Amino acid sequence: MAGIKKVTTPISAEQIRDLKAGDRVAITGVIYTGRDAAHKNLVNLLAEGQPLPVELENQIIYYVGPTPAKPGQAIGSCGPTTSGRMDAYAPLLIKLGLKGMIGKGPRNAKVISAMKEHGAVYFAAIGGAAAVIAQSVKKAEVIAFPELGPEAIHRLEVEDFPCIVAIDSAGNDLYESGLEQYRLS
Amino acid sequence: MREIPVAKIVETVKGLCIEAACNLPEDVEELIKNNQVKEESEFGKYIFEQIIENVKLAREEKQAMCQDTGITVVYLELGQDVHITGGSLTDAIHEGVRQGYQEGFLRKSVVDDPVFLRKNTGDNTPAVIHTEVVSGDHLKIMIVPKGAGSENMGALKMLKPSDGIEGIKDFILKTVREAGGNPCPPIIVGVGIGGTMEKATMLAKRSLTRKAREHNPDQNYKALEEELLEKINLSGIGPQGLGGRVTALAVNIEAFPTHIATLPVAVNLNCHASRHSEAIL
Repeated sequence: MAGIKKVTTPISAEQIRDLKAGDRVAITGVIYTGRDAAHKNLVNLLAEGQPLPVELENQIIYYVGPTPAKPGQAIGSCGPTTSGRMDAYAPLLIKLGLKGMIGKGPRNAKVISAMKEHGAVYFAAIGGAAAVIAQSVKKAEVIAFPELGPEAIHRLEVEDFPCIVAIDSAGNDLYESGLEQYRLS
Repeated sequence: MREIPVAKIVETVKGLCIEAACNLPEDVEELIKNNQVKEESEFGKYIFEQIIENVKLAREEKQAMCQDTGITVVYLELGQDVHITGGSLTDAIHEGVRQGYQEGFLRKSVVDDPVFLRKNTGDNTPAVIHTEVVSGDHLKIMIVPKGAGSENMGALKMLKPSDGIEGIKDFILKTVREAGGNPCPPIIVGVGIGGTMEKATMLAKRSLTRKAREHNPDQNYKALEEELLEKINLSGIGPQGLGGRVTALAVNIEAFPTHIATLPVAVNLNCHASRHSEAIL
């Protein structure tokens, strides 16, 4: 765990190539929230040939459903949700140009294969550290599917949002290598 | 017969919902801190630091420690000499949850129909309520907000008596290994053994509220808890599943008499934020 790498959005192909599983990173720029219901809606819109409410090319989606903001706060508590539930939808969005995903927990082979093919990165944020993570979110607004409540797509402006590269664009997977390193039985 | 007005129950449930979401019980915090020193991986150490910092910040700011403020599980211990006045007990619980999740800025995470509509109810109701009628004239209310990240990784198996203790261990270890980083390790592993299908799951969930560092009073189960905890922590899963020594903080086993032909085992996992709050009226 060396220094912390800075990542800015929209994320460039060069930045993607530079990020390796096991890097600590701080993300600054605009990221978009989306979890189960929003992903289902996006994929349904694509199936119907409709335009998406958000341009995903070179962007990062954060798997999160925040708590409501208190007065004076940009956002409430906003830690990552389990990414595996988005595995069914992620390969299609990666194919459309999505370059980064933030969540927690491992991804399946199809997602990793799409990441390798199209050059995308999966970042892990710390599940449960939701109040701390909220401090790096400076602004939040709902931009699509407001009827989904906490599952609506929010546009977040983040500054030094802390995470770890869990799976890089070469397919190196910290969930596998980390476990192997410490496995005793 | 002692009277307890519903207004008092609403107020209590409201406060307990906010308390549970924002203020981790100190014994759980202590358990996390005691395990921090055992972690060897650099990411693991960093994750422990962030978790502990988050507990502190949430408590100080009275803010939810996790954005998943759960579906609300409510345990009621109702004395048989209590008379609830002014309305329905169930309605009062739900009103308390509604007000607590609104006023505490907690996330509303419940959908009305699990399959077809999946529309958010907007107020985190209904809660899942378990009521036990006991002797006495008190009402004990415990609130356990349960997040889905850990809940989804639980499992139930109806073992045969011949599967025995080895079958039980294999099933528990397999469930934890398959859960990997999903339930936000370091986790607390709740296990219910015996009874019937639903009884085993109830025991497993209830065991998650056990005071930190307490064991099953039966020496056989205590030894099993210790053995399983050691084995789980050899798995290498580690904090958040990124590799490390501390995968679980505790294994809590509860047992109940069962039928001659069966051996139900339920595993209910909890993340490191093992939240609960209680009050006695």
